[in-house]
Amino acid sequence: MPIWQVMLSYEKQFSNQREEEIMSKLDTRLQVIFDGIEAAIENPELSKSGMVGNSTPKLARAVKDFPEWADGLLLNESAVRAMLGAVATGENNARMGVILAFPTAGAAGVLPGVIYGAKHKLGLNRQQMLEMMLTASAIGVIIANSATLSGAAGGCQAEVGSATAMAAAALTEVRGKTPEMSLHAASLALKNMIGLACDPIGGLVEVPCIKRNGIGAVFSMAASDMAVMGIESFVPFDEVVRAMREVGDLMSPKIRETALGGLAMTPTGQAVSARMGLLKIGENPCAK
Amino acid sequence: MTTFSLFDIAGPIMVGPSSSHTAGAAKIGQFARAIFDATPTKVHFLLHGSFGEVYKGHATDRALLGGVMKFSPNDARIKTSFEIADEIGLKYEFEPGDLGAGYHPNSVRITLENPRRKTVVIGSSIGGGSVVMNQINSFDVHITGNSAEQFFTLVVENENLPGMLAKVTGYLGHKGIRIVNMQSCYLAFENKVLSVLSIEKALTLAEILDLEKEEGILFVRSLEKLS
Repeated sequence: MPIWQVMLSYEKQFSNQREEEIMSKLDTRLQVIFDGIEAAIENPELSKSGMVGNSTPKLARAVKDFPEWADGLLLNESAVRAMLGAVATGENNARMGVILAFPTAGAAGVLPGVIYGAKHKLGLNRQQMLEMMLTASAIGVIIANSATLSGAAGGCQAEVGSATAMAAAALTEVRGKTPEMSLHAASLALKNMIGLACDPIGGLVEVPCIKRNGIGAVFSMAASDMAVMGIESFVPFDEVVRAMREVGDLMSPKIRETALGGLAMTPTGQAVSARMGLLKIGENPCAK
Repeated sequence: MTTFSLFDIAGPIMVGPSSSHTAGAAKIGQFARAIFDATPTKVHFLLHGSFGEVYKGHATDRALLGGVMKFSPNDARIKTSFEIADEIGLKYEFEPGDLGAGYHPNSVRITLENPRRKTVVIGSSIGGGSVVMNQINSFDVHITGNSAEQFFTLVVENENLPGMLAKVTGYLGHKGIRIVNMQSCYLAFENKVLSVLSIEKALTLAEILDLEKEEGILFVRSLEKLS
């Protein structure tokens, strides 16, 4: 049985809802994803901090005239579209648009990115995209149960890292591959992100989060391609998830969403915090 | 082991940028408005901890105010809640402050007023958009957003007399309304008790008035489910 079907049965038991109700709720969420991407492309806007909001138009231009750009770029059209979908979602979030936290607001771009990116090349219909959301959510449930999806608890490996694992499995399964191969894709993606710090400037979900979602979507595609070639993760998925949790426990709180370390504490990062009247340097809101 | 629903992972749908500082803040605002249970003309927010420090960057202020105007965390109008409040004549004020060490860093005290009533509540955004209400008019409570989404919430304040809880639960039993959870808190200096009950059906206005007629009962608020 494919992973997406397992997830659907699980949810039917969990919520006591009929399949049609669940699929219709999921469809609403898929529409939120597409509406958010379109909104950011059609009406780009800088965030209040001014740090983000101008990458969507650049990516959108490259996608719109891709044949003209193709020679000058290394990635194919699906990958560039994936970056657009992910970055547009993040920039829409930063300017207070409506988004789907999938699995969190900070990592909300990766799944929209791969769905938007792979849609044309794979000729995905609506049902297949919903199945991708189910496969991805199954991976998310496993990670949430055995580790965490929260940057404050596990760093960015738990947010964008988890999202890339979810997306890699979803991509692999929608390409007709087995659950085993899909889990290999998830393992390959998550291993690539283990140790990633959550160090957002000013505590805002902007830098480095948004572009990291964009590149993360491409990582998911790479992991899925590897799995499709028959490449396996040496470490099984369950063990990778436990390793991710252990690394999260070893991380200093300074790089777990407190904006007290890493990029947040660079001169550039601190200048933004000071200008925006954000976190007082040296004061940890999560210390209590 | 806690486990998760599909929609815990693929969700919530929310106005950005932050689940704890924006979506959770809107939900606390909604909660406060539900407890107030009337149209406010004035609202004051005391922003505690991280809320007080980063509220501008995360639009916590717009989200709180939007929630007080009954906007859900996924309502796009949150972005323009200041303008909407100005239009409808709702006065609002934000003040960073300190509620004391016992509160989660993402907490807010909301004072809602109109010429006839005033309600003060404290709520916390505890992560991922989840919220808890900690205080209603000086009474310590613990009402989670999840419970207020799943069940109807009944808030009853009464004089500290014998048999008061029996009156309330007896009335609900008589009406065939099941109680799934309840809590009571005693406020010594006023000699009053506030009870919060999670119930499976909202009370009608007539039923609320029925209960309020009982000797010793000061007020009854039957909250809509949060959305």
